[in-house]
Amino acid sequence: MSGNVPALFTTFLKIGAFSFGGGYAMIPLIREEIVTKHGWLEDEDMIQMIAIAESTPGPIAINAATFVGYRTAGFPGALAATFGIVLPSFLIIFGLSFVLAKFKSFKPVAYAFDGIRAGVLVLVFRGLTTLYRQCEKNTLFYVLVLSAFVLEAFFKINAVYILIGAALIGSVSSYLCARKEVTK
Amino acid sequence: MIFWELFFTFFRIGLFTFGGGYAMLPMIEQEVIAHSWLSMEELIDFIAVSESTPGPFAVNIATYIGTHTAGFPGALCATAGVVLPSFLIILFVARIFTKFKDSRTVQGIMTGLKPAVVGLIGAALFTLVLAVFAPDGISSVNVFSVPFLKHFLILCIVFYLNMRKVKPIRLVLVSAGLGILAGYLLELL
Repeated sequence: MSGNVPALFTTFLKIGAFSFGGGYAMIPLIREEIVTKHGWLEDEDMIQMIAIAESTPGPIAINAATFVGYRTAGFPGALAATFGIVLPSFLIIFGLSFVLAKFKSFKPVAYAFDGIRAGVLVLVFRGLTTLYRQCEKNTLFYVLVLSAFVLEAFFKINAVYILIGAALIGSVSSYLCARKEVTK
Repeated sequence: MIFWELFFTFFRIGLFTFGGGYAMLPMIEQEVIAHSWLSMEELIDFIAVSESTPGPFAVNIATYIGTHTAGFPGALCATAGVVLPSFLIILFVARIFTKFKDSRTVQGIMTGLKPAVVGLIGAALFTLVLAVFAPDGISSVNVFSVPFLKHFLILCIVFYLNMRKVKPIRLVLVSAGLGILAGYLLELL
């Protein structure tokens, strides 16, 4: 089992280096490597992995790497996979940090970033719609979306408090729904 | 101390981010502006850089802000901070998953969290729109000014391409190209 640890590291290093566009874009890549190529886990585990990665805090990519690493080779596996997935980002961004500031005073680069600023709005919008589509829509959903938006955008309430409040409301409402089912 | 500050700030961000990707944008916006680690404009530029490089947005932005404020050790602290909550929680959850999945409490919490995250990202987007289209405040916006029209036109083109399912990295490249084109065309006028 522990023989998989170096292979886990290199596999997730590869996934980290070639996954553009964030967590969800990375899932097919993980499946290809872990299930199809190495046979470390089965498709059933991948579904578990997605469910866990979504319902726990933190970036999906990190959650997925830690989970697959742990299931495949215990704690050393989790460490190797997580370290592997973070390393490419870390090195690339660390290197870019020095170059970026210098390049921005260069005219074409300044113009490029001026255009990019408008384009970025579409990218964030895209992320927003992806998440929106996954949600179950009901009255509570719309009320919470709207309240979170207004509290954050206009009253500048700390996001942590909004999340804690929403979690409480969600728990209470599901508790009430459950009771209603029982009394029926 | 700056290293603790970086570590704890990003630890908090990692701990309270559900849903991945831009779900952490509102918190990053708040923290980064409160600490004045980056300006709003630099943050927007970095979103584009992050979309054009591999890896999760969270790790990218942590590494960038860490390096920007305190060099290599700063990058290490911020990145370790953002990764650690996920790592510890998943280690714990992977052991008790079968119980965890069907837990009514967890499902209840998620029915509350998901819409809140959608609202929060919406608010972050709203702030970004203001930063691009009304950098000097909403009252001084001139819809017929050159920068406003230029950004609006680029936004429309990129939005159209997004509807046609063009990949994010290509959207960044197109935006950059349009920015360069617009910059030089305006110089000629």
